[in-house]
Order: sequence, then C-alpha cells, then structure tokens
Amino acid sequence: MNATAVGSPVFDKQGQLSDEERVDAAMRSFVSEFGVTASLHMESCVRCGLCAEACHFHVATGEAKYTPIHKLEPLRRAYQREAGPFAALVRKLGLVKKLSIGELERWQELIYDSCTMCGRCTLICPMGIDIAELVRQARHGMFKAGLVPERLALMDRAAQQWGSPATPGDDLPDILQEAAQQHGVTIPCNLPAAEMLVTAAPAELGEHTKALAAAAKILNRVGITWTMHSAGFDASNIGFNNGDLALQERLTRAIIDTAVQIGAKTVLLPECGHAYGAARWEAAKWYGRELPVRIIHMTEFLDEILAAGRIRVKRIGESATFHDPCQIVRRGGLEAAARRVVAALGIELIELQDHGIAGYCCGGGGGVVSNQRAAPLRHKVFDIKRAQVEATGAKRLVTSCGQCRITLEMGAKQAKWAKLPESLLELVADQLAD
Amino acid sequence: MQINAAQVQGHSLTSGRRRRNLESLAQMDLLDFARGPALVAALTVFVLGTLWRLGHVLSRPRLPDLSVAREGVPSAVAGAWHAVLRGMWPRREFRASGLFAMLNGYVFHLGLAVVVFGYAPHIAFIHRLTGLSWPALPAAVMYLAAAATLMSLLAAMVVRLTDPVLRLISTRDDHISWALTLLPVFTGMAVLSDPPAALLARDHAIYRGPLAIHLLSLELLLLWFPFGKLMHAVLFVFSRGATGVRFNHRGVRL
Repeated sequence: MNATAVGSPVFDKQGQLSDEERVDAAMRSFVSEFGVTASLHMESCVRCGLCAEACHFHVATGEAKYTPIHKLEPLRRAYQREAGPFAALVRKLGLVKKLSIGELERWQELIYDSCTMCGRCTLICPMGIDIAELVRQARHGMFKAGLVPERLALMDRAAQQWGSPATPGDDLPDILQEAAQQHGVTIPCNLPAAEMLVTAAPAELGEHTKALAAAAKILNRVGITWTMHSAGFDASNIGFNNGDLALQERLTRAIIDTAVQIGAKTVLLPECGHAYGAARWEAAKWYGRELPVRIIHMTEFLDEILAAGRIRVKRIGESATFHDPCQIVRRGGLEAAARRVVAALGIELIELQDHGIAGYCCGGGGGVVSNQRAAPLRHKVFDIKRAQVEATGAKRLVTSCGQCRITLEMGAKQAKWAKLPESLLELVADQLAD
Repeated sequence: MQINAAQVQGHSLTSGRRRRNLESLAQMDLLDFARGPALVAALTVFVLGTLWRLGHVLSRPRLPDLSVAREGVPSAVAGAWHAVLRGMWPRREFRASGLFAMLNGYVFHLGLAVVVFGYAPHIAFIHRLTGLSWPALPAAVMYLAAAATLMSLLAAMVVRLTDPVLRLISTRDDHISWALTLLPVFTGMAVLSDPPAALLARDHAIYRGPLAIHLLSLELLLLWFPFGKLMHAVLFVFSRGATGVRFNHRGVRL
C-alpha cells in the first residue's frame, strides 16, 4: 500500500497490521535493541547538533530535519519510556509521549530515505555516538511495523523467495555461463568442493557482469580452486539494509553454510560495502561463535595477492582520485588496503578534500540507491562528491563498491557529468601482466 | 495493646530529640541550611543518582562482537582510550563547520573548570568536604575565567534559540541544564565583593544571604545532574570508549 501524497509525509506500509499493532511491534523491537553500547549512546547525546555538519543530506539541503540525531527521535523516546534508568518515573509522570503511528510514518523518510548509515556523523560527535548503528536498529523496528519504503520491501520479498533480489539461485548457472562467454573467462559454478566460495552483488548479475568476469580472470590467474554456488551467491544482504533480521540471518547462513558444505576456507565478498558489513562483522552473531571460514573483501584479496606477488599488474600511469566506500573504509577498516592496490597500479592518487574514514558517502548506501523516491535527494548529495572530484583535477575516479558506482553513475547521468566511476577490481583485471 | 513505662520514656526521648532538631532547624539561617542539610541532600542525590544511572546503563545486556578482530589491531582497552582522547580534538574535516561549537565548548568547559577548581574559596569548600586541597589560581585569572564562562553560556543559549538545527533537536533537558549551570556562575559572580584572600581571612561569612543562594544554586545543579544531560561529564568516557572498541575491532583508526 502506498500512502504517498503531495504535501503529505512520504511513507509506505506493508501488511495488514492495525496502527496499534504497528506501534507495538516497533516499540518491542526498539526496546530489544538496547544493549550496553546502544544505551550508552542513547544516554550521552548533549544535543549539540554537530552531527548535522557531517551529514551529506543536511549539508546538501540545509534542512534541519536531516540532522542525524533527529532521525533517532522515535528510538530515543522508546528508550526513555521503556528502557532508560528512570523509565518508570518517565511513564508515571508522562514526561515522554508514547510514539504514535503518525510519528513512525513521518520518520520513515528520515530513517530510510535520508540516512545511508555511513557513520560520518560518528566522527564529529563529541560523545562518539554511533548514530549509523542506532539507525540500523531503528530500521529493525520499522520493518517489524511494516513501515518500509515499498521499493525496499519489494526487494525484500524477492530475496525471501529467491535468496537474492536479483535472481533465483536456479538461474545462476545460466547467468554465469552467459557472462563467461561474453567476457571470455571461465566461471566455475556449483563445484562440490573448492578452497574459496566467491559471492556477488546483485548488480554483478545484471549490468556489472564485467566485475564478475574480472574477479574470475584474477582468481583463475592465482590458481586456487574456487566456485560460485546457487545455494549461496548474493552477499549484498538486503535484510541488513532493510532491517529484516530474519532475512539477514537467512542470507548470511546461505553463504556461510554453503562455504562449509563445499569445504571452502574462505568466502570472497564482491565489491560491495554492505556485504562487508553484513558478512565480515555481523555473520558470527548468527552462529554464536567465530565463523569456521574467513570472510574477505575483494579489496583485501587484491591487496594480499599483489603483496604476495601472486599476480603482477601493468602500471596505468595516470592520475585518479578514490571514493572511499563507507562500509568498507569508515566502518570496515580497509582504507590502507585500497590505497596499496591503487599504488600497485601505478596510479597517481590525488585525494579528495574529504577522504579516507572522513570521506563523504556517495549518497546511495543503506538501500537509498534502490529507493527510487529518494532519487531527488540523492542527486543533491551527489553534487558534494562531484565538486570534490572536480577539485582534484584527477583524470579518473576509482572506487571499490558496486553500489557506490551505481549511485555515482546515476548522479553523473542526472547531472550530465562525463566522469564515470571505475571499479578497482576491474582496473586490476584489465592491467594483469603475464 | 499495653504500653509500658520504658516505651513511654523512649517515646518522650524521641519526641524531645525531634523537638530539639526542629528548634535548631528554626534557628538556622539560610546559609546554615545550605551548608548543612541541603548540601547533604544534594550530594546524596548526586552520588546515588549518578551511580544508579551509570549502573543501569552498564548492566544492560552485553552483545559481544563474535567476529574475528582485524589482525594486528591494538587491544580493546587501547582502542577505547584512543577514542576517548581523540574526541578531545575535532578532526581536520570538521574544524570549519564546527568552529563555534568547538571554541565555545572549550571556553565553557575550561572556564568552568578553572573557576570550580582554581578559586581559593572553592578550594577551601572542597577541603572542608574532602580534606583535599591544592594551590589556588590568581584572582585575575578567576575573574576572567568566570566572565568567559558566563559569556560562553549566554552565547550557547543564543545559538540554541536561533539555529534551526538546535531549535529542532532541543528538549526541556537542554534548557533546564543550561539554567542550572548558569545559576551558580551568576550567583557566584554576585558574591565576588572582595579578593579571595580577604574572603578567606575572615572567620565568618559577611554576605550570608548571597553566599547561601550561591550554594543553593550549586545544590540545585547537583540535584539535577543525574537526571539530565549534565551526566555527559561522566558518560562521555564510556560512550566514546564503546565506539572506540567497536571501530578498533574493525581496524578503523578514529
């Protein structure tokens, strides 16, 4: 059901829950999230408003409602009424109002359309509050309440049915075969045993099949046994972005269990930021212990095989700037790895004004790229990145996340900007030396 | 029910004590009250309230990070302390946009610290309470610090009332905490009639009323401390530290 109307709050609803049931579902979920760290962060805000200065949505529009801490208002009220140290007193004296369905509906835009969970606000917060993580926890409640942007809900339903929002697992062998033929590489699929399970992002099964072929070219050169697998192939994990914890667990288990089943020691993640967040840092919680397989991002893999001399690359010898994907760098710790790969390619790196862990988000993370109603806002955000890229004077723009690439491509198309982002993986594959 | 002689005697003793207490309370002036029962009550609420709030938060369920830490990262404790200390100074990227908040914050916090811990009568007060003391700062420094603190508080409120972001996110807590922080500074300046040395040289306070009001305003601050955002004075270490642990685990150097 789509309740969008001109001049009205933008929100969608799923399911047949009554308004009261939606509020209760959201509240139960919010309250269940308050562990020590979340509670400390709920308690510590001094409402200085500095987080607004770090948020690309606020910087691009100047609108106060995009202040990151404001996006957590429903969560704050749930905390103070139900989980805070003075919750009983707060309820008794009516100091904090109970959430209403109207408020949850209004906040949908702030939690889904105008937050990419990039975490830049954490860097400026004098209390060190991890707002991105709290927004993710808020999304869990919004999903339970059936208050998710319809486009994301649609992808969620597809992933529940197929194991991927892009394609059913059964179609994977055909897609890989076509990509292999198109790009002239071998892409193993559904091998019963392999050292490495290789996963993909949805775009790589559609418009970015060159990235799949690039990975295959490099993996075949390295000489390890690897495979993709119909039972677990899409690492992007739409459940992680949407707040659908059940789906997040299912998609995570599909990959890890498949890796264990084929005896793989390593799961290789694609150039995808949220895949890294979901698999590298979150997967273990579904198993209650350290994972039996190593999870590695494509950028780490390239860095390692270049450093070990397992592949050699020809130098590009041109200037480029690098867009740091938030989940891989700011929230993933791979800032240096990407730069070592860039250096190995002989690229003269000209850094953006804001780069590394303080780099601006592309504007499409956290599912915003797929949420079509957020496109106008996303395009405004794109202007920040475009201005910073242009200021470098670099010839090329490189990144290591497929979702960032799509967001930047869409922004460039809208702005009629000629510079298109390039994949670090594809550059390495193109420059492979004999 | 029978009442024996001992109970009657005990009852009359208790009544007598209560009467004497009431009489002594009636003889108290405002300063005695502020220095006595009000101070005890305020300190009790301050200490117990702070411990309750902190204890409650720290006893929430722990959700351990079971992922393998990035190889070669410092210990969790080192990561936490790095984040705590790193937060003392803004990153290069945000210095321009957060300039006012940063400078005003420094002026306020440093000014207040200098006034609270550097002013000779305050040190004498703390000495009476705890037995601890240290050398005082020159009076001129104190006056400057107090004026800067007051100005920074006023500036903070002007910005809070005019900036669209701050207007949107401000709550009652912000205004109460601001007012209760301003009061001791303001009432303290009102009793700055003599140099510190002259004040301390007397064996009794001559401006009992204003001093009592100053002390009572401090006690209001202590009473509010555990309930509002003033608690960030304690929480910031834990809040920054928790983020430091999370990011350190991932190999992100904040």
